[in-house]
Amino acid sequence: MIEQVRIVLRNSGLINPEDIDDYISVRGYEALVKCLTESSPEDIIQTVKASGLRGRGGGGFPTGIKWEVTAASESDEKFVICNADEGDPGAFMDRAVLEGDPHSVMEAMTIAGYCIGSSKGIIYIRAEYPLAIERLNTAIAQSYEYGFLGENIFGTDFSFDIELKFGAGAFVCGEETSLIKSVEGKRGEPVVKPPYPAESGLWGKPTLVNNVETYANISPIILNGAQWFRSFGDEKSPGTKVFALAGKVNKVGLVEVPMGTTLRQVIFEVGGGIKNGKEFKAVQTGGPSGGCITSENLDTPITYDNLKAIDSMMGSGGMIVLDEDDCMVNVAKFYLEFSLDESCGKCTPCRIGNTRLWEMLDDITKGRADDNTMEKLEVLCNTIKKSALCGLGQASPNPVLSTMKYFRDEYLEHINDKKCRAGVCKALIDYAINPDKCIGCTLCARNCPVMCIHGEPKKTHVIDQDKCIKCGSCLSSCKFGAVYYS
Amino acid sequence: MATETDTREIHIPANLLDELDRYIGDLKIDLNSERRKGYLIQILHKAQSLFGFLPEPLQIIISQKLNISHAEISGVISFYNYFTATPKGRYRISVCMGTACFVKGGEKLLEEFEKFLEIKAGEVTPDGKYSIDALRCIGACGLAPVVMINDKIYGNVTVKQVGDIIEDCLLMEAEA
Repeated sequence: MIEQVRIVLRNSGLINPEDIDDYISVRGYEALVKCLTESSPEDIIQTVKASGLRGRGGGGFPTGIKWEVTAASESDEKFVICNADEGDPGAFMDRAVLEGDPHSVMEAMTIAGYCIGSSKGIIYIRAEYPLAIERLNTAIAQSYEYGFLGENIFGTDFSFDIELKFGAGAFVCGEETSLIKSVEGKRGEPVVKPPYPAESGLWGKPTLVNNVETYANISPIILNGAQWFRSFGDEKSPGTKVFALAGKVNKVGLVEVPMGTTLRQVIFEVGGGIKNGKEFKAVQTGGPSGGCITSENLDTPITYDNLKAIDSMMGSGGMIVLDEDDCMVNVAKFYLEFSLDESCGKCTPCRIGNTRLWEMLDDITKGRADDNTMEKLEVLCNTIKKSALCGLGQASPNPVLSTMKYFRDEYLEHINDKKCRAGVCKALIDYAINPDKCIGCTLCARNCPVMCIHGEPKKTHVIDQDKCIKCGSCLSSCKFGAVYYS
Repeated sequence: MATETDTREIHIPANLLDELDRYIGDLKIDLNSERRKGYLIQILHKAQSLFGFLPEPLQIIISQKLNISHAEISGVISFYNYFTATPKGRYRISVCMGTACFVKGGEKLLEEFEKFLEIKAGEVTPDGKYSIDALRCIGACGLAPVVMINDKIYGNVTVKQVGDIIEDCLLMEAEA
């Protein structure tokens, strides 16, 4: 049985997040004291670099290098930003950290400020997380009271402030250049990099942007050393990763495991397997930018590079388990719809390309697709990948490409046989009643919203296909397994 | 630019406007600085929490107070899902369509609410009581599928509970 290792979630659920003394009692702010009184910014950056910590927001960029580059940028003013715009549907790691251990993030931001020479920290948080906002406000107020924020922290000449900025429901704002635009009060449209935020970010000043989970790793690294951190995970992806396990799995919730743990261990050992004894079909990682991983790759150790190699990605840590009742074409359509909805509309490939892509998928699920739809899909996917402006657009065809690769037969079944084996695509299924099993209890007829099931009590019932709206309430109401779809 | 008639078409309660004024005043914004725009989103959040939505006359008032063009403010409002320039129902029904909720039947819940209230997502019932929206993940994936009525969260919702949830709204209305 795989053991969970709690570094990021070390305090979540164990301390009172609204009491700074609780945090202090578990070595809270010790790392900050150590940094400000004993170490130079260069030493700390070296430690972070040596730890091999990589950005936990999804990109996997080495954190130490980001700090070093931002520290090296000359400017009269710099900013430290915490990206808490956790927009990936199905992921809630950052929310748990901010609600359960807000000081750990603030302490790390202060350390980052000391390292890069900034006195201003901003936490950009989604407005959809009211409790996290409340807890952060409490934590910030307490930190000022204790002198851990504000002027001359611990009597040194280092000063640091933290303020909150709110998102307003735009997924693309998780991308750092969009996030910065949003902090500036503008539409969160991404801009071409370079220049990177490390050179020219918020208000044109050098800006360090790290994710919540990345920050939550900093204090333990400072206190226990880079080698300790490297004792978890693998060579290229050290440390742990928090995953939000959700979907058709028995135990849903947050999981923190060392990098290199296999997907099978996470889903079947920690997660307790598939709900209701159904069959595992795929696990989706990386959200709308990721892909679906099938059972043949379940033994892949989870690292940034391994997941990329099997056409998915680490992403921020959302892990959605799908079972036999999920239609992969429909899942791909769902993700595309999300990207389409969240597209800012600035570049053509994303705005129009994704719309056409969605229409083709819609045709497939409605039984209107023709023989060359697959080919057209593939060409368009690759065109969008190559030509869209930002990460959102470039990655938006990923769920389509990965499902097309690993579930090609399911696509073809939809297109050629007009069949949806999961029974999800309504246009492709017909409900019927098995006369051998129907005892004429009348329950389905009473539940049918359009009253299209006929039959006398205690006699076989029949569904009027012309009137049926394919809502499936007969299937879910039948206690004798007599209703089926074909 | 704003005309007098604009502000008169939709009634903006003076006491709420005073509160917004105080909020903006407390921020001590330097109106000559480019960085004044950094306060825009939080002010819009405050305004929407006070008024329920952001009608054009209100946008114009904010535009004058911050010295930011109305076009720019309107652009920001239309960009972010959270902001709305049209009124919502007294009971805002938000059905989560994040991935975890989606695979656990969020779509069916949305359809059921639409059928029940005879409006589509994004619409308001004619009596102004209910509005339905599809929401993108509130991070309560462990409770999927999730429905939110104003700020109250319902977890593990089934299609059969839709009627009960509406009944809850009626009870809330009766208490108020």
